[in-house]
Amino acid sequence: MKVIYTDSLIIGGGLAGLRVAIAAKQRGYESIILSLIPAKRSHSAAAQGGMQASLGACVKGDGDDEDVHFGDTVKGSDWGCDQDVARMFVNTAPKAIRQFAAWGVPWSRVQGGDREVIINGQKVTITEKHEAQGLITARDFGGTKKWRTCFTSDGTGHTMLYAMDNKAIQMEIPVHERKEAIALIHEDGVCHGAVVRDLITGKLIAYVAKATTIATGGYGRLYAVSTNAVISEGIGTAIALETGIATLGNMEAVQFHPTAIVPVGILTTEGCRGDGGLLLDKDGYRFMPDYEPDKKELASRDVVSRRMTEHMRKGKGVSSRYGDHLWLDITLLGRKHIEKNLREVKEICEYFLGIDPVKEYIPVRPTQHYSMGGVRTKATGESPTLKGLFSAGEAACWDMHGFNRLGGNSVAETVVAGMIVGEYVADHCAANGLNVSTHTIQYFLKKEEKKITDLLVRDYGENPFELKAAMQKIMMDKVGIFRNGEDLAQAVEELKVLNQRARNIALRNRISSSNPELVEAIRVPKMIKLAQCVAYGAMLRTESRGAHAREDYPERNDRDWLKRTLTTWKDDAADLPEVSYENLDVMRMELAPGSRGYGVDNTVHHPDTEKREAQIDQIKKDNPGADRHEMQELLNPLTIPEKFKGKNERIGRGYK
Amino acid sequence: MSDQARILKFQIFRYNPLKQGDKPRMVTYEVTEAPGMTIFIALNDIRENQDPSLQFDFVCRAGICGSCGMVVNGRPDLACRTLTSKFPEGEIKLLPLPGFELIGDLSVNTGKFMRAMSERVESWIHDIKADEVNYDRLEERMDPEVADQIYELERCVECGCCISACATKRMRPDFLSAVGFMRLARYALDPRDKRTDEEFYEIMGDDDGVFGCMTLLGCEDYCPKDLPHQTQIAYLRRKMVQVR
Ligand SMILES: Cc1cc2nc3c(=O)[nH]c(=O)nc-3n(C[C@H](O)[C@H](O)[C@H](O)COP(=O)(O)OP(=O)(O)OC[C@H]3O[C@@H](n4cnc5c(N)ncnc54)[C@H](O)[C@@H]3O)c2cc1C
Ligand code: SF4
Ligand code: SF4
Ligand code: FES
Repeated sequence: MKVIYTDSLIIGGGLAGLRVAIAAKQRGYESIILSLIPAKRSHSAAAQGGMQASLGACVKGDGDDEDVHFGDTVKGSDWGCDQDVARMFVNTAPKAIRQFAAWGVPWSRVQGGDREVIINGQKVTITEKHEAQGLITARDFGGTKKWRTCFTSDGTGHTMLYAMDNKAIQMEIPVHERKEAIALIHEDGVCHGAVVRDLITGKLIAYVAKATTIATGGYGRLYAVSTNAVISEGIGTAIALETGIATLGNMEAVQFHPTAIVPVGILTTEGCRGDGGLLLDKDGYRFMPDYEPDKKELASRDVVSRRMTEHMRKGKGVSSRYGDHLWLDITLLGRKHIEKNLREVKEICEYFLGIDPVKEYIPVRPTQHYSMGGVRTKATGESPTLKGLFSAGEAACWDMHGFNRLGGNSVAETVVAGMIVGEYVADHCAANGLNVSTHTIQYFLKKEEKKITDLLVRDYGENPFELKAAMQKIMMDKVGIFRNGEDLAQAVEELKVLNQRARNIALRNRISSSNPELVEAIRVPKMIKLAQCVAYGAMLRTESRGAHAREDYPERNDRDWLKRTLTTWKDDAADLPEVSYENLDVMRMELAPGSRGYGVDNTVHHPDTEKREAQIDQIKKDNPGADRHEMQELLNPLTIPEKFKGKNERIGRGYK
Repeated sequence: MSDQARILKFQIFRYNPLKQGDKPRMVTYEVTEAPGMTIFIALNDIRENQDPSLQFDFVCRAGICGSCGMVVNGRPDLACRTLTSKFPEGEIKLLPLPGFELIGDLSVNTGKFMRAMSERVESWIHDIKADEVNYDRLEERMDPEVADQIYELERCVECGCCISACATKRMRPDFLSAVGFMRLARYALDPRDKRTDEEFYEIMGDDDGVFGCMTLLGCEDYCPKDLPHQTQIAYLRRKMVQVR
C-alpha cells in the first residue's frame, strides 16, 4: 500500500489549482498538485480572450469599478449567483491581475493617443489618455457595460498559466503529472485525500491530506461537440458526487458559446466580436441588431447563442454537410489587427478550415463551452457537507456565475478563487491534523482496486467508447441550448439505461498499466452519472434562467425558482441522483432581482423583491453621506481574508 | 472535396515498455478519410475501432497546448492540427518524438523534460519585490511595445518539436536546446526580471548552453509556433560573448 502524506492536496494543475497551492505554500503548508497532464497543458491555456478586472485604465473603461463589474456579473447570472461571492470576486479581481503582472504576465498595455477601432461595424477613432500610458489595457466583451477584459494579445490563458506554473516551480511545489484521482477518501463527514491512479504504471496510490481541493475544470465533454479540451470530463466533480455526502450545485447550468467553428467545435474567442466582428446569416445579413437592438453581437453569451439558434430555425442558416451554421465576419478588422490580437483565431482558421479569416467568413455555430455547475461550496470554498473538501475554478459551484457566466469572468474566477479559497485551505491546515486510520485508507484503496480487477477479468460486456458516444449524443440532442420537458424526460430515461449498462463494461485490452481503454472504463460510468445530474436537474427546473432555456417554460420564475439545485448520489446502486434545493435569499441581495434588459421581460417576480428594493432605497436615504464603499458594506457586508480588504486604486480617481 | 472517400494508410510505431516481452515495431492501420479529418480524429478512430491499447496524447486538439508533438512523415509537428488531406499519397507514418522518455507508442514524457528545463533556466521573474507588491495600487507601468515583444517570445507551447529536430541535442544529452534559449531570451528581455548578464551567463555560458549550438536551425524550421529562434540565439550569444 503506497501512501503519500501532505498538508494540502490539490487535484488539478490549471489556473485554479496552481493558485490554491501557491496560497497554501505561502502560508507554510506543504502542497502537492495532481494532474492528468503537465500543468502547463491544462485547459486554462486555451483561454484566448481575456480576464475581467475593473481597472478602468483604457478610455472605454473610464468610470469602471467594482460596482459596475458586480452589476454586470449579477445580471449576467440572471440573478442566479451568490451575491456575497460575486462581491468578493469583483473586489479582489483588480488585485489578482496586478499581482499577476508582477509575477510576469505580459498584459497588453495602454498606448496613449489616437487609435482606430471597430465599434458597431464602423471605424471609430478613440483617444487613449496619455496619463494611462503603460497601464494594463482592456477590450470589449459581451454583457459588460465597460471595456473591462484585460488580455495579452491573443494568448491570455497561455501567459497566465505559464506565469502561474512558473511561480509554482519557483516555490518548489511538486506537480505529480499523469496521475488521476479516481475516488475521495473520507470518514465521518471529513475528507482525507484521494485514491489516485498512476496513468503510466497503473499503480494505485493513496494521497492523504488535511485539506483536499478539487480544481479539475469543467465537464464539457459530456457533450459530443464542445470547445473544451478532451480531458474536460468532469472526473473531479464526479468523485465528489460519489462520496454521497458532497453536493453538486446547479449542474443543469451549461453554457453554449456562440462562435465555435463547424464542425469540430474549436472556439473562436469572444474577442472577435468584442473587437468589432459581426454575425451574418446565409444572405450575408447582419441579424443580431433585429433581435437585440441595444447590445447586438455583444449581448450576453446565452442570449446570442439562443438568437443564433432561433435565426437558423427560421431557415436563415447556411446549410452544410455538417448541418446549418452562420458566419462570423472579422474581415472588417483588417489584417494588422487580426495578425496581432486574433492570431490564434487566424491559425485555427488556417489549420482546421483552410481559410484566411482576413478575407473569408468563418463558419460558426453555438457550442457547449462552460460548466457553471460543479462541486457546491461555501464562500470559503469548502463543501458545506463534507469537511476538508474544497473546490475552486470551473470545477466548483462557488457560485459567482449563477446560470450564465460572462466572458472573461472565468479565468478571473480561477485566480481570485485560488487566492481566497487558498487562504481558507491554509486556515484549515492550521486548525486540523492528519487524523485518519490506515484502515480507512486501505478500505478506499481496496474498493478501487477491486473495481479495476473486475474490469480486467470480465470476459464479455459493454464497450466503454460506445457508451460514452451514446451518452454524448443524448446530451447533444436532448439537453442542449433549447430544452423541453419531453426531450428531457427521454434523456433522463435513456441515461438511466446507460447507467445500468456502464456497470458491466468489459475490456479488449486487459492490462493494468498504461491503458487508454481502462482509463475510459473508469471514467465513463462517472461521466454518465454527471450527465444524469445535468439532465435530471434540467428536467425538474420548470423555468428559464440564463443558459437554461425551457421552450415550455420561457419565463424566469423568481417566485418558485430563485434557488440553487443541489444534487447528491447517496446510494451507489440507485439509478438517479437525489435533488434538493437551496433558496437564494432576496432580502440579503445587494442587487434585488430585476430585468437583464434582453428581449421581453416576462419574469415572474418573487414576493420579496419589492420589499428588498424598498429596503435598499431606505438604506440609501438613511445614509446620504455614505460613499460607495460604505454603501456596499451596508448592503452586502463581506467576510473576506484581511489581506484582500484594501481599496483598489485607479488612474485619475485614486481610491475613490 | 470529392465524395469518394480515400482509404488512408497509417504506419504507426508501437511499443509498450511496460509490457513484458513487447518489442518496438511498425503497425499499419487503414482508416477511411472523412472531410476535415485531422491526425487527432484518425488516431481516436483507430483506438476506438481497431486497437484500444494505442497510446497518444491530445489535450486541447486545437494546436494550443503542445501535447501532441510527434514525427509525422519525417517532420516533428503538432498532430492535432495536421489535416490528413495534406498528404496526397494517403500514407502517413507516425513516430514518437525522439529525445524524450518514451511512455508508450506515440506518447512521450515531454512534461518531465520541460519542468527540468524550467528549473534549470529558473523560468520566473527574479525580483525579491515581486512577492511584496502592493496590489491595491496601480501596477508598475510597462512600455506597450515591450509587453508585446515579451509575449512574442512567450508563445512557446513546450511541444518539444525543436528538441527533436536538434542535432546538437542528439550528441549532447544535457544541451539546453532551443526551448531553453527561448525561455531565457524571454526573461532577458523582461524589465521585471532583475537578473544580470553574469547570472544568465551562469546558466547558459558553456557548451551545453548557447555556445554549443551549431545554428543549423532545425529548431526554427520545425517550431509550430514560428518562434524567432535564429535571431534570439544570435542575441543571447552576443550578450554572453560580452560577459566572457
Ligand atoms: C476554448 C476556451 C476558451 C476560453 N476562453 C476564456 C476567456 O477568454 N476568458 C475566460 O475568462 N475564460 C475562458 N474560458 C474558460 C476558462 O478557460 C476555464 O474555465 C478555466 O481556465 C478553467 O480553469 P481551471 O483551473 O478551473 O481548470 P483547468 O484549466 O481545466 O484545469 C483542470 C486541471 O485538472 C486536472 N485534472 C482533471 N481531472 C483530474 C483528475 N481526475 N485527477 C487529477 N487531475 C485532474 C487536469 O490535468 C488539469 O490540470 C475558455 C474556455 C475554453 C474552452
Ligand atoms: S540552432 Fe540547431 S543546434 Fe542550435 S538549438 Fe537550434 S536546432 Fe539545436
Ligand atoms: S520553441 Fe517551438 S518547437 Fe520548441 S517547444 Fe516551444 S513551441 Fe515547441
Ligand atoms: S492537442 Fe494541444 S496542441 Fe495538439
